[in-house]
Amino acid sequence: MKLKWWHGALLFALFVALLSPLASSAPDGLERVAEDKGFIERAHDAFFRVVPDYVMPGVSNEAVATILAGVIGTLIIFGIVYGLARLLKARNET
Amino acid sequence: MQSTAIAISRRQITGGDIMHIPDGFISTPVAAAGCVIAAGCVAYSVKATNKRLGEKQIPLMGVLAAFIFAAQMLNFPIAGGTSGHLIGAALAAILLGPWAGILIMACVLVVQCLIFQDGGLFALGANVINMGVLACLVSYYSYRAGVSVFGGGRRGTLVMGGLAAWLSVVVASVACAFELAISGTVPLRVTLPAMAGIHALIGVGEGAITAAVFALVMATRGDLLQLKGV
Repeated sequence: MKLKWWHGALLFALFVALLSPLASSAPDGLERVAEDKGFIERAHDAFFRVVPDYVMPGVSNEAVATILAGVIGTLIIFGIVYGLARLLKARNET
Repeated sequence: MQSTAIAISRRQITGGDIMHIPDGFISTPVAAAGCVIAAGCVAYSVKATNKRLGEKQIPLMGVLAAFIFAAQMLNFPIAGGTSGHLIGAALAAILLGPWAGILIMACVLVVQCLIFQDGGLFALGANVINMGVLACLVSYYSYRAGVSVFGGGRRGTLVMGGLAAWLSVVVASVACAFELAISGTVPLRVTLPAMAGIHALIGVGEGAITAAVFALVMATRGDLLQLKGV
């Protein structure tokens, strides 16, 4: 199969996912405001847990667990959106 | 207090905690209205995209969504012990048009909510409105307006793309402040300046990343920038 431009682009996205352990652990904008203005404790956790907080459960090395979650998530998203776009395109041709 | 402890320990465990609106921040009526409005917007986006989607845009939609998801995990530090991360709506909306952009953002937010417990299930509608619908429409139309006034050469595309991306982050944060205020969580005069102020800084990162990706696209596949928007 001939390599196409978007194969490279997908690899680039996966490379970005590999960098995920380098992310800043400081609270983000909304979380910072919620802490400063005293409503952070209103947040409740989801009643279900799949891969909470972008850390693959059952992997003891945190960096590896984060990378795994990132890479798997990136591939899942690609699959869903690519599939959805194919479906929409097929529908507009019929 | 217990949940504060959980929130803090969660951040310490994860290293890179990104946070969309969790459940509990907005009231049930606001969350429900958000879900209804978001569902309507997504349904319209499906219809609009369905009509205009071209062959080239199919893989572009997939890789953009993948990149946006991965880049959202990469929190970058800004002032005062706070971090920000890319939303990516401007990137998607300007490259693919606002409706395909909304679809991409909705897919990313749904996966983040269902698989990664980022953003509350009931707050999903509000998150889709802020970071999907509003961010895509604002960035797309401000970019179009800017380019038609100042010209859309290489520099125009990069500068207008960056500015549109900045604006989309600020508008999304203002919308969030309104949702928190209508919910009775925290008054508007308290959150509006705080949310807009901090996101005006985070938006600089959004603008820089958006312009950098546009520069990369121009250097490799400039034709993608000329695609007709969906």
